[in-house]
Amino acid sequence: MRPKVNFLTPELVSKIIAESYLILDSLGVEINNTEILSMLADHGARIDMEKFRAYIPEQLIKTALDSASQSFSLYDVLGQQTNDFSGDNVHFTPGSAALNVLDHKTQEIRKPKTDDYIKYVKIISQLDNIASQSTAFIPADVHEKISDSYRLYLSLLFGEKPVVTGAFTIEAFEVMKDLQLAVRGSERALKEKPLTIFSCCPTSPLKWSDVTSQNLVDCARYSIPVEFISMPLSGFVAPVTLTGSIIQHAAETLSGLVISQLVNPGTPVLWGGSPAVFDVRYETTPMGAIETMMIDCANNEIGTRLGLPTQAYIALSDAKILDAQAGLETGIGATLAALSGINNISGPGMLDFESCQSLEKLVVDNEIAGMCLRMVAGITPRDDFPAIPILEELLRDEHLLISNHTRKHLRSEHYFPGAVIDRANRPRWIEEGSTTLGSRATSEVDRLLMNYTPSTLPESVKNDLQERMTIEAGKYGQSKLPALV
Amino acid sequence: MEILNQIAEFLEKGEDKSVHDLTEQALKNGVPATQILNQALIAGMDVIGEKFRAHEIFLPDVLLAARAMQAGMELLKPLLTLAEQSGLGKIVIGTVKGDLHDIGKNLVGIMLKGAGFEVIDLGKDVSPEKFVDTAINEKAGIIGMSALLTTTMPVMNNVVELLKQKKLKDQIKVIVGGAPASEEFAAEIGADAYAFDAASAVERVKQL
Repeated sequence: MRPKVNFLTPELVSKIIAESYLILDSLGVEINNTEILSMLADHGARIDMEKFRAYIPEQLIKTALDSASQSFSLYDVLGQQTNDFSGDNVHFTPGSAALNVLDHKTQEIRKPKTDDYIKYVKIISQLDNIASQSTAFIPADVHEKISDSYRLYLSLLFGEKPVVTGAFTIEAFEVMKDLQLAVRGSERALKEKPLTIFSCCPTSPLKWSDVTSQNLVDCARYSIPVEFISMPLSGFVAPVTLTGSIIQHAAETLSGLVISQLVNPGTPVLWGGSPAVFDVRYETTPMGAIETMMIDCANNEIGTRLGLPTQAYIALSDAKILDAQAGLETGIGATLAALSGINNISGPGMLDFESCQSLEKLVVDNEIAGMCLRMVAGITPRDDFPAIPILEELLRDEHLLISNHTRKHLRSEHYFPGAVIDRANRPRWIEEGSTTLGSRATSEVDRLLMNYTPSTLPESVKNDLQERMTIEAGKYGQSKLPALV
Repeated sequence: MEILNQIAEFLEKGEDKSVHDLTEQALKNGVPATQILNQALIAGMDVIGEKFRAHEIFLPDVLLAARAMQAGMELLKPLLTLAEQSGLGKIVIGTVKGDLHDIGKNLVGIMLKGAGFEVIDLGKDVSPEKFVDTAINEKAGIIGMSALLTTTMPVMNNVVELLKQKKLKDQIKVIVGGAPASEEFAAEIGADAYAFDAASAVERVKQL
């Protein structure tokens, strides 16, 4: 059976959903986009144009829920399916949009450059337990107006996995959509085989900016999947109680759902989020807090009840370097997320409150993901009944190392982690250099960088991507893109 | 020679029947048994050893290859000289007197056989005299001892001392292993080598 954890009773789930409906109807949501407000008005929402506020009736929400896809898939640049967001399936994706990287050679925390991003894509392309790329950090060596599309461009150029991404401006959406069309060939093909997920973030409490709400609309127009990333901070811009934060998250997320489904019924969405408790001692938003993880898991239960695939920023850490805190927070988060059945688990590689990506952490987190994927595969009898024959064989041969039963089931029953996880006996560990997790991770990063083979996307498509990106950079006075090394 | 490469390849895949059949075929074709042993069976096991160390394959794959090697050896043995029958050499192994833990020692035996050694496994609770006498009688060049208990470790020392008494220390090499043993312990008692696991035991024995 697949192991599962729950934090909410069925009654509490119902109560939270009912309360979120009431909030949207009576308190409403602020949307700083008049076209969207008009659209909502046309469909029966009460609108206060002066306050940019929409009061969304329950019926409108239910209609949106009825039209939303209960599942969808992602496909890599070559059109192969990689992610199936349905049921309790779980997939991992790196934490997204960090401002910094932890330099894998010097351990310095610094602004990333193009070279760092290419290295990241080369690594993520080879990590078997992480299904998709994300635009994990923001290269600082290009014009800021293209820093969002440029990440996607590099991901599509060097990697094959689909991309969890997002636009920082309304204008950037156009080229980010065009880059995808260059890969897929047509709008129809892109709709049939989604290549990206765009993160669209309401602002807590109960607010959508012009940019994020317009991104939501634009994605819906092209059937580009969206993950709603509501970020209530318990005790600061959300109730201090976990239940209160979950109610607010539901209301904020439902408002996004209504917008996307009104624009294009059936637009694929993930019931996602990046909530956190607010640490009133340090004025920070700890992603590694156990309560943050509990909220994430509970939000998943709400999304699941509503019939939507889910996402959460969990499986990441607030540590500044790859230390024990980084491992324990990421490990706990990943385990809970997998046991909860969060379909898209965002976080690997990320440190420092979602602000710093580390290649070493990414390879370690790939192992955490591997262990979690094994765990949720559960314990299933495989030729184990009757047990007497295999035990007879054991008593006769004194070991089962080469029995047919072992050979048939070894690799599916046992997960074999890569070189970063130390399983040598102590003398061997000493002989191999008394390595630390950090040094093994650095070696693994170096190995993967050497081992990378270029994406098999046709050269003509790569050239098209380069051309489109160069034109986009030119719009902002950047005549030349950084060298791709 | 193509057939020798094929035997080595099937051995690496652990396909004992194919190794057996192709060895038979090679002999029929007039390929000398020594050549089959060295260029197919032992060569194949060397590749297996390298892959195992690189974690490309796992213990069961090594053991399957070892079994495939035995399938070939059965046919070759009658055609080889006594020295050649021992493959890379003859080794006496056992868990020392007072100690009944033999899982590690068994694994070492399986791996050594797989690598091409002739292994005489004396089992567990083996006295120093039995180790030494067997080595003398069987003309084995190496004694391999295992212990799990710190209380039985001194028996390893007794074996080395007995070899010294009989002035055989130079002819018969000693390798020790087991959880409480170490490189330092081996040096302290005058053993020639120490191995921390079955795969490294094969490597160390080859160097003796």
